[in-house]
Amino acid sequence: MFDEALRKPRGKGGRAPDPMRVGGWVPMREYPGDEEVDFAIVGTGAGGGTLACKLAEAGFSVVAFDAGAWWRPLEEFASDETHQGKLYWTDERLCDGANPLKLGANNSGRAIGGSTVHFAMVSLRMRPERLNSRSKLGYGADWPLDWREMWNYYTEVERALAIAGPVNYPWGPPRPRYPYRAHEINAAGLVLARSCEAMGIDWSETPLATVSAPRGRSHPCVYRGFCVTGCSTNAKQSVLITWIPRAVKAGAEIRDLAMVGRIETNAGRATGVHYYREGQWRFQRARNVVVAGYAIETPRLLLNSANAQFPDGLANRSGLVGKYLMAQTNQAAWGVMEDEIRWYKGPPSLAITEHWNYTDTGKDFFGGYAYMSQGPLPQAWASTLSGNRGLWGEALMREMEKYNHQAGLKIVGEVLPQEANRVTLADEKDQYGLPIARVTYSLCDNDQALVKHALDFMSKSLDAIGATDIWTEDDDTCHLAGTARMGDDPTTSVVNADCRSWDIPNLWICDGSVFPTVGAVNPSLTIQAIACRTGDRIKELASQGTL
Amino acid sequence: MPERYPGYDVLAKRDGLSWNEPTRSAIAARLAIADEPRFFDIEAWQTLKAVCDRMVPQPAGRAQVPIAAMVDRKLADDARDGFRPASLPPQREAWRRGLAALDATARAQHEARFHTLAAADQDRLLKAMQQGKLDGPDWNDLPAATFFGARLASDILSAYYSHPLAWSEMGFGGPASPRGYVRMGANRRDPWEAAEAKPGSEAEARRENDRVR
Repeated sequence: MFDEALRKPRGKGGRAPDPMRVGGWVPMREYPGDEEVDFAIVGTGAGGGTLACKLAEAGFSVVAFDAGAWWRPLEEFASDETHQGKLYWTDERLCDGANPLKLGANNSGRAIGGSTVHFAMVSLRMRPERLNSRSKLGYGADWPLDWREMWNYYTEVERALAIAGPVNYPWGPPRPRYPYRAHEINAAGLVLARSCEAMGIDWSETPLATVSAPRGRSHPCVYRGFCVTGCSTNAKQSVLITWIPRAVKAGAEIRDLAMVGRIETNAGRATGVHYYREGQWRFQRARNVVVAGYAIETPRLLLNSANAQFPDGLANRSGLVGKYLMAQTNQAAWGVMEDEIRWYKGPPSLAITEHWNYTDTGKDFFGGYAYMSQGPLPQAWASTLSGNRGLWGEALMREMEKYNHQAGLKIVGEVLPQEANRVTLADEKDQYGLPIARVTYSLCDNDQALVKHALDFMSKSLDAIGATDIWTEDDDTCHLAGTARMGDDPTTSVVNADCRSWDIPNLWICDGSVFPTVGAVNPSLTIQAIACRTGDRIKELASQGTL
Repeated sequence: MPERYPGYDVLAKRDGLSWNEPTRSAIAARLAIADEPRFFDIEAWQTLKAVCDRMVPQPAGRAQVPIAAMVDRKLADDARDGFRPASLPPQREAWRRGLAALDATARAQHEARFHTLAAADQDRLLKAMQQGKLDGPDWNDLPAATFFGARLASDILSAYYSHPLAWSEMGFGGPASPRGYVRMGANRRDPWEAAEAKPGSEAEARRENDRVR
């Protein structure tokens, strides 16, 4: 039932699906398994999909693998939370620690385009000082990247995705104008705007990766509000409809329904990847291997690839693969408005404030947070009410009746990198016979202090504009990062600034797992900016003969 | 409790501009789920039905959402969430053991099966499970509170709020592809959205809701 893409690979036979046209195909180059391609890339999300495009456009031979399906949204995406579960990573993972994470729909995609197929499109630049949080702000770790260089790569990504944003963004160093005009703010967003004004802080339209005017075959966003279950009209500028088509056009081969289970090495170098596709294990030879599976699958693959020469897993001489996992806090204040809000209309987070990301005074914790307006769909809202307040029965149903009057403010909060938060291998195996990931997570006192500050401030903000029945959601997390951090020192990091592993010179890691700190904004724009930079750096290194 | 959205039926839009073919197909399959078990045995099914009736006491006088059958199909298909608390076994085993333990607790405390208890007694047991107060040999090492939150409540509520009857009741616009919405501001309603009955305006809301397509 509209899930053929899950059963039979589409990227083969010299063609690839065209996600912009019903039943459409485009030609795609193919490489035999025994041909040593320049790059085998594992994962096609914000990291891998973007890098595949950059490398193919630079003239390298590229094969990118994804365990997920290659969808044509126009004909295969329903307006339905349950059905669209087909976009999520639903293979088992074990979660423990004091604050066990929620994965799957929350933050884990499994599709060509990765999690960007179901992300909320919030496209923000990380505050420059957060790249030097150790030396400038006194916590966490410094990135080996210069924010001014990153600022230019952010611009490249914002253009590639035609980000719709405000004329003037209130925070941070000057940035070029956003390519597309900001979207109209819905009633839920105006609640945030009014509450910020009542508290005397700035707010803004949220820069979003969904077009506000036509772009190629993308129509402007129609405000259907099912963004986090996949955009069925292709307004959303996901990796699936932006970088991937460019990559294919430039000669990259993308293999869908291709689960990479192990990276092969010989004499200290990666030689290719073992992947499962169409009922059997296959091998692709490669001069370089890039791992881009995000903060859980990336360390899992590196650890599952352990061999005699690398008994603790690949790129793991530092012992840090899987460690320093970070999950941004995602707590909220909710309230009931007298107005009809109908927050299901439009992208869920049309308005934002980064005030407490850019303000360092008046805080009793390290780090910062942004917060945004919200629009959870019915299942998500019921889960929030029951998971946090323990509501069920009549009490829950009475609360659900207020749905159209509900409004909320939800943070994307920075957490401190902690070594004990980590991904390890469990005894349990998945359908490929590979050990599954165990994800151990606990918030520290600093993280809790940040959350308390945010909940107090947001509750007061809602109260200031007359919201009633205000309550706080104290326990939620969202985006992931860490587990293969970048740095300047091989003993305290897994990769260098170019995302090249210290231990194996032709093994690269390019996704959110390289973040040394997670910052206080949604990570997708930063992941894509890093991928663009890595692509440029690889091109430079190749021209210098040092690849 | 008076209806907040009298006469609103999200299914009235099924053949209109707000539902694309994948949506029609997905919802049609959901509406066709028969109220009978495929995964659970009869004892577990009886307990599950009773649990669902307490977790979501549906209004009388309208069709009932077959919540238990929807949970049953999730397990029959083994459609997983992509993660689980490490203290719980995989969902099929967790559900089988959790329902059996709840029923065994009912027998131990009331000398009767769970589904035959009075609603108030059922609620008391469910609340005790939610608070982690049920343990002992029937529960073995299954943590009652974690099972309640991460499995039982989560699966039951997800099933119910995936059903058009639940959407109509809460005034949710429902599927919206490709038409989406036009009127974004507060107190603005597109003609294909639910009209809320304000005191004295129930008849008007009902008229508006009859015109939703």
